Amino acid sequence: MNTVLSRANSLFAFSLSVMAALTFGCFITTAFKDRRVPVDIHVSKVMLKNVDDFTGPRERSDLGFITFDLSADILPPIFDWNVKQLFLYLSAEYATKSNSLNQVVLWDKIVLRGENTKLNLRDMKSKYFFFDDGNGLRANRNVTLTLSWNVVPNAGILPLVAGSGHVSIPFPETYETTKSY
Amino acid sequence: MLYYQVLNFGMIVSSALMIWKGLMVVTGSESPIVVVLSGSMEPAFHRGDLLFLTNRVEDPIRVGEIVVFRIEGREIPIVHRVLKIHEKENGDIKFLTKGDNNAVDDRGLYKQGQHWLEKKDVVGRARGFVPYIGIVTILMNDYPKFKYAVLFMLGLFVLVHRE
Repeated sequence: MNTVLSRANSLFAFSLSVMAALTFGCFITTAFKDRRVPVDIHVSKVMLKNVDDFTGPRERSDLGFITFDLSADILPPIFDWNVKQLFLYLSAEYATKSNSLNQVVLWDKIVLRGENTKLNLRDMKSKYFFFDDGNGLRANRNVTLTLSWNVVPNAGILPLVAGSGHVSIPFPETYETTKSY
Repeated sequence: MLYYQVLNFGMIVSSALMIWKGLMVVTGSESPIVVVLSGSMEPAFHRGDLLFLTNRVEDPIRVGEIVVFRIEGREIPIVHRVLKIHEKENGDIKFLTKGDNNAVDDRGLYKQGQHWLEKKDVVGRARGFVPYIGIVTILMNDYPKFKYAVLFMLGLFVLVHRE
């Protein structure tokens, strides 16, 4: 082996170890951070229908429609040198007679590093169909909406954090039969 | 001399195997490290990123989590996010997944007639992530000649090297 090759070899090995150390440093300096932020959720309208679940099992199930407002300032404690993006999602959690725990994601958004991090959304409609597994939404007293986020780092742990500020809403007792939304 | 080399080689292989099996026990997953194979979770994960998984029974499956699962009858694991869960009192759970970069949920990917995934389909939950490292595995799968070339060079090096 001539000297060029051995120099290239040690250069390669050195840069690999430096990159590994940097990656580990990225991970260890942000691994134990508290990434919770207060969130303000407000629901302006709730409507309930009962139709065939066209997204999957074709049984008559409860379909909920929710219009909501969302505001949160997520920059300060969350974004740091090791955050590549945030995956935000608004989920509804409730219990029914047939299932003791149900969770449905109603809306999600990806916030990349460098994008505007002040959230102030009004009159948002849900992105995904809120179908129940059965007919458990009617007259359900307690459907809790929470905004959570999944922190995707440059390298390291992928934590799921729930925003502190969730709202519980009751669902109507009757089905809406008109075509409105 | 040759005996020593063979023993050395055997030591390296068995310690690598021990570390791998140990990881499997600690994380509870049959495949604790996976490489992301598709772009369906961009911009979070790109092809070639490495994911560390755990599959502990005490950790319940909740929405928003990134799960790696296999569809019955298919080998390739899929890395997507949980969109919906319905859990019964006794712990039986059925859930739906969707890739961040896909417009629709995964029902089109599941088996014919299958609408939900169950715990048994899950290989693990993604807990940690390192970018780019798995690109070597993808290169080796896509270009088998590259794999043979690497193995050949390694073999040559082991034979020629004098300690």
